[in-house]
Amino acid sequence: MNDTLAQISSYSVYSAIVVLFLALGFYALYLARVARAGEAEVEAAPERELVAAGGTTSSVGTDEPVGTDEPASTGGHVGTDAATQEPARARKAAGIAWTLTLLGTALVVAAVVTRAVEVARWPLGNMYEFAIVGAMFTLLAYVGWSSRRDLRWLGAFVLAPVLAVLGSAVTVWWTEGSALMPSLRSYWIAIHVTVATMTVAVFTLGAVIGALYLLQDKRETSGGGGGRTAFMSRLPSARALERLSYSAHVVAFPMWTFTVIAGAIWARQAWGSYWNWDPKEVWSFVIWVVYAAYLHARATTGWKRQNAMWIALIGFGCVILNFAVVNVFFVGQHSYSGL
Amino acid sequence: MSATDERTRADLSTQPAPPDGGDGSGSGGGVTLPRLGPGGWLRYAWRQLTSMRTALFLLLLLAVAAIPGSTFPQRSIDAARTAQWITDHPTAGPVLDRLGFFEVYASPWFAAIYLLLFVSLIGCVLPRSRIHWHQLRARPPRAPRRLERLAAHREVETDETPEAVLERLRTTLRGRRYRVHAHDASTLSAEKGYLKESGNLVFHLALIGVLVGVAWGHLLGWKGDVILPVGQTFANTLSRYDTFSPGPWVDVSGLDPFTLRLDRMHVEFESDTTGRGQFGAPRDFDATTTFTDAAGQAREESIRVNHPLETGHGTVFLLGNGYAPHVTVRDADGTVIYSDATPFLPQDNFYTSVGAVKVPGADPDQLGFAGFFLPTGVIDDQRGPHSVFPDTLDPQLALTAFEGQLFPSGAPQSVYTLDTEAMTPVPGKDGADQLRILLRPGQTYDLPGARGSITFDGVERFAGLSIRSDPGKTLTLVSSLLALAGLVLNLVVRRRRVFVRVSAAEGTGRTVVSVGGLAKDDDEGMDDEVDAVLTADEGHR
Repeated sequence: MNDTLAQISSYSVYSAIVVLFLALGFYALYLARVARAGEAEVEAAPERELVAAGGTTSSVGTDEPVGTDEPASTGGHVGTDAATQEPARARKAAGIAWTLTLLGTALVVAAVVTRAVEVARWPLGNMYEFAIVGAMFTLLAYVGWSSRRDLRWLGAFVLAPVLAVLGSAVTVWWTEGSALMPSLRSYWIAIHVTVATMTVAVFTLGAVIGALYLLQDKRETSGGGGGRTAFMSRLPSARALERLSYSAHVVAFPMWTFTVIAGAIWARQAWGSYWNWDPKEVWSFVIWVVYAAYLHARATTGWKRQNAMWIALIGFGCVILNFAVVNVFFVGQHSYSGL
Repeated sequence: MSATDERTRADLSTQPAPPDGGDGSGSGGGVTLPRLGPGGWLRYAWRQLTSMRTALFLLLLLAVAAIPGSTFPQRSIDAARTAQWITDHPTAGPVLDRLGFFEVYASPWFAAIYLLLFVSLIGCVLPRSRIHWHQLRARPPRAPRRLERLAAHREVETDETPEAVLERLRTTLRGRRYRVHAHDASTLSAEKGYLKESGNLVFHLALIGVLVGVAWGHLLGWKGDVILPVGQTFANTLSRYDTFSPGPWVDVSGLDPFTLRLDRMHVEFESDTTGRGQFGAPRDFDATTTFTDAAGQAREESIRVNHPLETGHGTVFLLGNGYAPHVTVRDADGTVIYSDATPFLPQDNFYTSVGAVKVPGADPDQLGFAGFFLPTGVIDDQRGPHSVFPDTLDPQLALTAFEGQLFPSGAPQSVYTLDTEAMTPVPGKDGADQLRILLRPGQTYDLPGARGSITFDGVERFAGLSIRSDPGKTLTLVSSLLALAGLVLNLVVRRRRVFVRVSAAEGTGRTVVSVGGLAKDDDEGMDDEVDAVLTADEGHR
């Protein structure tokens, strides 16, 4: 019974990797096709600003719709399909990508659920499980967010890190299902570790969009439109990307604060002291402080948004380090036997 | 640290910041600075410290400074590993030690950073609290003359009279939870989102609470560890602890007079061999105890990992376990000169344990035995005696014997190691330099010469208990939850101002309604907000 479940779980992960890899390909194709159509157009970017600025009496860009910018951005030029102003071939690619993403997400959810049934406990006890659950939350966040705004431009950039995590999960972090050690046997695992994993998913979205913001910003200031970064013309403006990234961080930061508090409460139950400066605690603290610095930097007039975003990206670097390095190489109470 | 320069952010003024901003970008090349007296310098230093730029720098510095505590072993967490690291690195070790790298979180430089950060925080939050207090009771400011200059602005014409429009918009704004005030007959000023700044201030003030709670726990908290074999009773007095570390302000004579007897110790290990690193992993620890409180009331209590026992002023945690082989030593006449359950300390995940049996009553020389207890013992040439499973499948006691003086200097020594400075090894019967004894439960070994015998009677488990008190933890918890609540308010609530001006349109008799919106930070929803205010009652438009 358990062996069957374990196999179903494994097959689900492997199938999800294949499906999501195809989805990634179609999202990339979508961006490429939009970009090629855009190149026929002369310099799409300045047009966009004109459209935005001309729409209302307010200052440039403040009312540019975030993410839902396609009617304004391509402004009724060229488009082979009048309804969306995007080439039909591009729309088709995005549609296939979306369907595949839904399928891949369902497969990852199935993998997590069967794993949970197999081990008969909360499926967050080792790095393999953190990885697949983290990938699941990232996918769910993307899918959920997509239902509220057009995020087809983001698909490729979310699926790439998700695939990297799933790939690492099945190669480096693969761990057979097993019971937990006594200190992990607590309902706090469902609270602390679940929220931590969700938070990492949201931080991932924030960091991906933040990196795109920095690219878009560079592209806008240098005025470059075509060439290898032509696909960026499909993305929202730098300003809109920056706001999107900020809103992801605004969600993630309180969640991380809660993760640390819940961890402290649990640490007191399990280890006798709510804060031990265990390496994992140190890095959770560092992450908290770095993201706090990001929020302050962003709120400070006179600090460039670009510099603030770099701080957030450093914070995400710490998040990755806290998972991939601290768990494995640092001696501490968060070291998990068998990863 | 709470936010930017209060001039530009705490009030939503549209005026530019005064040119002498404390956190300005420093002096330009050719500018002559006024001479500063001592008071001026102090004020300058204070402004620098409480500026956002400094706070940001200190925040990032704090993050960097915390990192060495995770890369170097820390004395407060693992003193043995720290000592080993210093021994292994004879050049860097002592230098880093002097610089505090093995006690990062107690080091002066780490303290300097967070204390400066908190001073900066207080210096920023207190004035802002004052301002916010005044703003909470103040009216929204007068509408600026040119509403079209605000970030969000709409203008419509209507047939209503100016009074009717103002009355309608006043109701709309109130309905949208704005505080509304009319400074004159043709304008409305409205503001909402005061909770944003309230949340911000609560967050930062609560952080001070967290720090105070931590400090309080450090000064008035204590912790003590004790190893308690099954069947033995622990009385909560200072002398019964194996180690005891009180905070500087703790009155150690005032411990709760409770006793705790360990009746049973249930331990379960993973015997399933599948799963990487899982074989032998602990699965369940459960100490069944009899707890007798200060009033003499006895009750059975189970202490497990994640399930500590509250004793009143302290909490008993089950943090370790191991084996205490029961050893009896007799002299040449057969008289018992030592008989006790002797705890051996586990060294690895399979409970290869080290310990010592000290027999001061032996005559003429005192006897000492040191060595290993192996719950499932294997002895091979490469690794020596070691255990291959944590449970007692094949318990063995592997000892060497020494004779001489056990306590030559009279100084306190560890009960788990033998100080062999004033002792000589007991030679083996076969002429070897060192006598080696291997015992299984029930076996007795006759020592060479007239030294008597040693018997391994059997093995008991022990519980490693830690009894701790942290009177600051409630303050820390409540403060951190308050901080979280404040943080959410600060990030979710939007501070917005809406101004309305009505005027007569030229010649038509209609009314021009001009609505401007101003938000703190950039607020992508401000345009929608202005639209929503204007169109709340579409029919009148």
